[in-house]
Amino acid sequence: MRFVLLALLSLALMITDYRHGLLDPARQAISTVIHPIRLLAALPTQILDTADQKLTSRGELIAENKRLKARQQIFEARLQRLDALEVENIRLRSLLDSSYDLESPVLIAELIQVDLDPFSHLIEVSKGHRAGVAVGQPVIDSDGIIGQVDRVTPFSATVRLISDPGHGIPVQVNRNGLRSVAFGTGRLDTLSITSLPNNADIRRGDLLVTSGLGGRFPSGYPVGEVRSVTTDPGQSFSMVALEPLGALGRIQEVLLIQQKDNQPAPTTESDDNE
Amino acid sequence: MNSLRTQGGWLIALSVLLALVLTLVPLPSSLEHLRPDWVALVLIYWSLALPSRVGVGIAWLVGILQDALQGTLLGAHALVLALSVFLIIELHQRIRNFPIWQQALTVLFVLSIGRAALLWIRGLGGNADLDWRFWMPALTSAVIWPLIFGLLRTLRRYYRVS
Repeated sequence: MRFVLLALLSLALMITDYRHGLLDPARQAISTVIHPIRLLAALPTQILDTADQKLTSRGELIAENKRLKARQQIFEARLQRLDALEVENIRLRSLLDSSYDLESPVLIAELIQVDLDPFSHLIEVSKGHRAGVAVGQPVIDSDGIIGQVDRVTPFSATVRLISDPGHGIPVQVNRNGLRSVAFGTGRLDTLSITSLPNNADIRRGDLLVTSGLGGRFPSGYPVGEVRSVTTDPGQSFSMVALEPLGALGRIQEVLLIQQKDNQPAPTTESDDNE
Repeated sequence: MNSLRTQGGWLIALSVLLALVLTLVPLPSSLEHLRPDWVALVLIYWSLALPSRVGVGIAWLVGILQDALQGTLLGAHALVLALSVFLIIELHQRIRNFPIWQQALTVLFVLSIGRAALLWIRGLGGNADLDWRFWMPALTSAVIWPLIFGLLRTLRRYYRVS
């Protein structure tokens, strides 16, 4: 009898959780209380990492330092040009009366090494709403978009990767501005676009960047590269497979982009729950 | 209410806690899908050994914790664990007398039912396109059951948990 009651209770819980998000405060409270369990689970990897760092030889460190300095110089040189281009862009846009997002502040967070549910693509990062993280914030690494913040607790946040089967991200082809939505496939190395007509101008090697539609992801961040375009004359849409640029499989540190107006319209975008 | 007469509750709590930690410990991605269902195994052991102490209610609460930890729908693992423990308690008189390999088969059976329930819940949540690897934890759990059973029984007898 007790089992039947509890079963009904869980059903009710699941429905409220799924439909309305009414349980978010409760979930947040539980999550915060059991945060130590997560830290405990991450401990072995953390110890290994630390040992690895401590045991690196001096010679290796010097070599790495040199390499990084060289890279830094190259990047700085590139950045000079980028600065000039950005100023020019702002000037041109002001001529056209359209606004331009200046670069937004970012927050660096580390990955907490834990495996969450293996069939959805979630990761746990080390900054929570104490540090200003909010639900819906875009998350990137040095190469591209990784995902968006799904839930926050005071000390940690759960990030849903763009490869999650329930995740969609508005993109455009960098070459010609063709817009679409890229969905996760459940595989870390593939996103897919299924809503482009057969005659769409998209081909292998095209870079896709965020389009900024939907208001959740700022525009212009790289998402992925087209790996293949499969066109079947019998179907009205072609199958486009993308290779995500962000290193989804080996994330160490992530950047959380802070948007000034952090009240995105959640209606138009097909995000997590769809 | 019965905490006055009983002892060793800390061992039960500790083993469940450890199971929750093991559920989250990162594994190489090739092994990730083989991870046994530690929490279910530990709860099954305790409900088999002490059905009067570890029942459906505790299983349900632990399930809620697991849901919060893993980011699944709140109530999903709670339902599955409560169901597993319910089945075990209903049958505990028989299962106790089984030889160990039959117990392992029973564990396989009970956990498969649990996985089926989980699959169904995921289906309601809209992402149910899972492959055969979804069922692997039930199998690996059954394989590892004799070990868990032996270990927890030794601990239970040593600390006289009753």
